[in-house]
Amino acid sequence: MFRELGRLQGRVSIPDAKAATLEQPQGRDWRQFREGWLPWIGALAVLGMLLALFAFYFTKGRIRLDHTEESGTKIQRFNAFERFTHWLTASSFIVLALTGLNYIFGKRLLMPLIGPDAFATLSQWGKYAHNFLAWPFMLGIIFMIVVWLKDNIPNRVDVAWVKAGGGFLGDAHPSAYRFNAGQKVVFWLVMICGIAMSVTGIIMLFPFSATDINGMQITQVVHALIGVLFIAAILAHIYIGSLGMEGAYDAMGSGEVDLAWARRHHDLWVQQQEAKTASGPQIGSRGAVPAE
Amino acid sequence: MARMKFLCDADRCIECNACVTACKNEHEVPWGINRRRVVTLNDGKPGERSISMACMHCTDAPCAAVCPVNCFYTTADAVVLHSKDLCIGCGYCFYACPFGAPQYPRVGNFGSRGKMDKCTYCAGGPEADLGTAEYEKYGSNRLAEGKLPLCAEMCSTKALLAGDGEIIAQIYKERVVRRGYGSGAWGWKTAYRETVAI
Repeated sequence: MFRELGRLQGRVSIPDAKAATLEQPQGRDWRQFREGWLPWIGALAVLGMLLALFAFYFTKGRIRLDHTEESGTKIQRFNAFERFTHWLTASSFIVLALTGLNYIFGKRLLMPLIGPDAFATLSQWGKYAHNFLAWPFMLGIIFMIVVWLKDNIPNRVDVAWVKAGGGFLGDAHPSAYRFNAGQKVVFWLVMICGIAMSVTGIIMLFPFSATDINGMQITQVVHALIGVLFIAAILAHIYIGSLGMEGAYDAMGSGEVDLAWARRHHDLWVQQQEAKTASGPQIGSRGAVPAE
Repeated sequence: MARMKFLCDADRCIECNACVTACKNEHEVPWGINRRRVVTLNDGKPGERSISMACMHCTDAPCAAVCPVNCFYTTADAVVLHSKDLCIGCGYCFYACPFGAPQYPRVGNFGSRGKMDKCTYCAGGPEADLGTAEYEKYGSNRLAEGKLPLCAEMCSTKALLAGDGEIIAQIYKERVVRRGYGSGAWGWKTAYRETVAI
């Protein structure tokens, strides 16, 4: 795009190959992105999503659990390793998101409040956290591929689920296997964004080893843009998994959900589980095989 | 106050690298960091030119604009300096700088670059002038002693000029008129636009 335009490349007698670029006017395009576009795109994405979630909460409210329909029997939805994978990725994501946003908004919002010295110290630790917690995050993404990819292949049931509005509109509960179409969207979003963030992140963790100055600039642009959109999307995921839907948190908290709830939301998955466990350990008992 | 500038006359620079050596020696710049460098364009071809390049002390400095912790400041002499106490070593200033001036003591390994180092126009840093703390972090402060940057002061062909913008522009203009051919100065017009106000 803006590669190589007007760049003055020469030869230097020192070992630093970067020094051979006499001038790179692309720096001003990168500055325009970082100081002109990025704060607006970031603010719009994050605040826009928060606003949309507030609006949804105050118009539609929580999606309630009908306690009269509870069966009292529990079914294991996520085993210990799956929950570990989720919370490993989630906790590192939160730190990465906050320290990442600090690069954009810190000097505008936080620095006037706590002063330049405290802010610089905080940002220094933030940078270390960002660089080192990237690794557990990437490990989490790899684990997610291993444990959940097979349950997230789109199929015909998803089309019907989307047509029925996912149960958000009206009281109907469209059929779903282990993950409904909405959850699959979250999975693929995390996969695509997570891998894109990992690849661009690794390039920036080893600056100039994979690419030159303009490549580094493009890498940073991609990392920052996907980053703010990823944060906005995960805000919606956090909302629906906690405040937005009653009982949803238990699946990832204790790992067990009520059998009646599971039948309503993931009917086909429960059938699969029952078929599988008919000859093996019974549903609800500890250590049941979660899903296949 | 003066508006301090560098100007490298590409028709005079002979790529002796004495400015680089003088800078490294004067400020005891660590191994791997070059506050100043000499780049040769069209090496071995007709129209070969060498240019000595360091921080150009921009009026609207891109490094200062993109810094996430605002560690840059401009002195009364229009010299762009930074605080190594505030710098977090993120590397953004190098992405933004058209001249490739910012340097880092470490390369890569999980992005821990260390504190950024760059040409100070021999003007030290935010610490008290001519103190030990200032010298250890930023090198000597010749400007506070009433001297101009050493790189330009000892340039054998006087290709590299440093000083008040109006005075060095006048010297350069006289040179161009006397030798009868055009400007060999690389600088802001490439980095920014033809219309830039310097």
